[in-house]
Amino acid sequence: MKKMIALALAAMMVVSMFAGCGGSSTGTPATEAPAANAPAAAPAEGAAPAIKIGLSGPMTGGASEYGLAVRGGMEIAVAEINAKGGLQIEFKSEDDQADGSDLAVSSYNSLKDWGMQILAGAVTTGSALAIAAETVNDQIFMLTPSASAEDVANTGANVYQMCFTDPNQGASAAELMKAKWPDATIGVIYDSSDAYSAGIRDGFLAKAKELGLNVAVDNAAFTADNKADLSAQVTMCKDAGCDLVFLPFYYTEAAQVLTYANTVGYAPTFFGCDGMDGILNVEGFDTALAEGLVLMTPFDASATDEATVAFVEQFKANNGGKVPNQFAADGYDVIYALYNACVAAGVDGNTPAADVCAALQEQFATMKVDGLTGSGMTWDENGMISKAPAAMVVTNGVYVPVA
Amino acid sequence: MRILQYLINGISIGSVYAIIALGYTMVYGIAKMLNFAHGDVIMVGAYISFCVTSYLGLPAWAGVLAAVAVCTVLGVVIEGLAYKPLRGTPSLAVLITAIGVSYFLQNAAQLIWSSSPKNFSSIVTMKPISMAGGKLVITGEVLLTVAACILVMVGLTLFTGKTRTGKAMRAVSEDRDAAQLMGINVNRTISLTFAIGSALAAIAGVLLCSTVPTLQPTTGSMPGIRAFTAAVFGGIGSIPGAMLGGILLGIIETFSKAYLSTQFSDAIVFSVLIIILLVKPAGLLGRQMQEKV
Repeated sequence: MKKMIALALAAMMVVSMFAGCGGSSTGTPATEAPAANAPAAAPAEGAAPAIKIGLSGPMTGGASEYGLAVRGGMEIAVAEINAKGGLQIEFKSEDDQADGSDLAVSSYNSLKDWGMQILAGAVTTGSALAIAAETVNDQIFMLTPSASAEDVANTGANVYQMCFTDPNQGASAAELMKAKWPDATIGVIYDSSDAYSAGIRDGFLAKAKELGLNVAVDNAAFTADNKADLSAQVTMCKDAGCDLVFLPFYYTEAAQVLTYANTVGYAPTFFGCDGMDGILNVEGFDTALAEGLVLMTPFDASATDEATVAFVEQFKANNGGKVPNQFAADGYDVIYALYNACVAAGVDGNTPAADVCAALQEQFATMKVDGLTGSGMTWDENGMISKAPAAMVVTNGVYVPVA
Repeated sequence: MRILQYLINGISIGSVYAIIALGYTMVYGIAKMLNFAHGDVIMVGAYISFCVTSYLGLPAWAGVLAAVAVCTVLGVVIEGLAYKPLRGTPSLAVLITAIGVSYFLQNAAQLIWSSSPKNFSSIVTMKPISMAGGKLVITGEVLLTVAACILVMVGLTLFTGKTRTGKAMRAVSEDRDAAQLMGINVNRTISLTFAIGSALAAIAGVLLCSTVPTLQPTTGSMPGIRAFTAAVFGGIGSIPGAMLGGILLGIIETFSKAYLSTQFSDAIVFSVLIIILLVKPAGLLGRQMQEKV
């Protein structure tokens, strides 16, 4: 009897592991569905085969929020494009669990075996760095929706970014503070173990010095290992009399900071970056705590323009009512940017990946893209994007553009 | 005033470490095994409490009771399925199994509750006590955690010292074979130890998440490892030692963040640990065991 139970448990364990791995494969049918319907809309026989775009991102594991959002956004763009007729896209995603080493490379390799011509990934910086080096060797064009470290774009001439680089985002934050809160005493709390957070902080401090901002606390750091307790960092800012606290890290930890500050009655203006996007959707989080929070995010799901409304509706319909975040919007824009470039360059499923890469590089040097995350977006020679930063302030539980 | 506020912050997180460490030390002291899944039982306890209060809309005490009940059963089931068959095998095998159980619990939680974080609302409704014009703030969570910690410590000390079952536990800890010869049911005693340890984990989970509201499948792992450190620091196997170790660890951590360097706070904490273990290898309150040859 005991053996039976032990066996059952072992079986459950195995099943749970496979369930974890299954994330990427269960996702594919959703993307194949539009492709299967495509012949109805597709041009006459003998037309060029669909161009193959691959995505590598965390579909399971702790960072799956980001990977699933990007995939959801991309699927919408692919379905829209394929319904139009003309150049068709075949899309496939692989799970790299945001693992910067073996998993990312093997996920990239399996996409390559599938015949991928363009990589619309990776989602996280660690994976993107590992994969970017491979794409340089293989000469596969890479446009990442959300891997924001400068090193990603600097890996090679074929690597482009849809999001701001971290130091650029920090610099824009400093500029915005100079414009809106020129006299504020500023405190910075950051995650020194995270390249994203440390990158923004460095860019911010450099710009803040240049602009002459009053930064009273610039070293309130935490790490992935000791982030369970952030009270000391908040107390440091409180003691220094900071009335504006910059939080360049993810909303998970930011929720902790906001909750603790509220408990001890400390109410400065909190200022976050794009990683803060999502804080209002944390289950059980009292959104009243986020009232007045300023954050820089290129995408606002509550915007009323036609493109955003249609995208949000479709995303909700596909994802059980979930509101898309900026990762989803970045994913959507990536597919359209790639599509526009492919159409302009006249490449299709028959073009070898290296030729696609050369043609797209030429296009990205000159083209302008309008999307959900910005209009008139262009890329510099390093592959870094240039678009206007947008800042939102949380008012009555929703984002409102900063006046 | 400033130094007092940091001291309170340190005691706040330290008492959470302490209550987790009590569970670690209890299981280690009696079953002589490191239950690395302890941190994840804490996470399960917090999730159960979250579900009961947020989804069923029941009051906080019902959440705590449900968490204690589920974790107690979970602890006994884990012990029976994963650890009992390995009794008598080298301790390394049990250790690896414990790590496996830890991963199993984390992944199962990810499948059930997804990896997106949830915000745990504190079970304490008391308004924080503000002194010196808001410069010194003592939150209700700190008071509750410290009180719970002292209560648990005294309770466990009395239980292992005075009751028959408690004495049986100590006998098993002292010499398992001799205890068995004296008519003590070793298996049942160890199961009971796990039940108590896991019930403590549930309480620790609720207190941890009341202090630090972010709840994720990995919530328990880092505090679990810190609490293990605290248990070693105080002398593993010693109940007052776990409490002392936890609170000292929290205070050292907070002070090094506040006055030395936030970046190197971990390095400082663990350097202190190494120095103490060099001077007192059994920990602050640990008993030096004579190895008999």
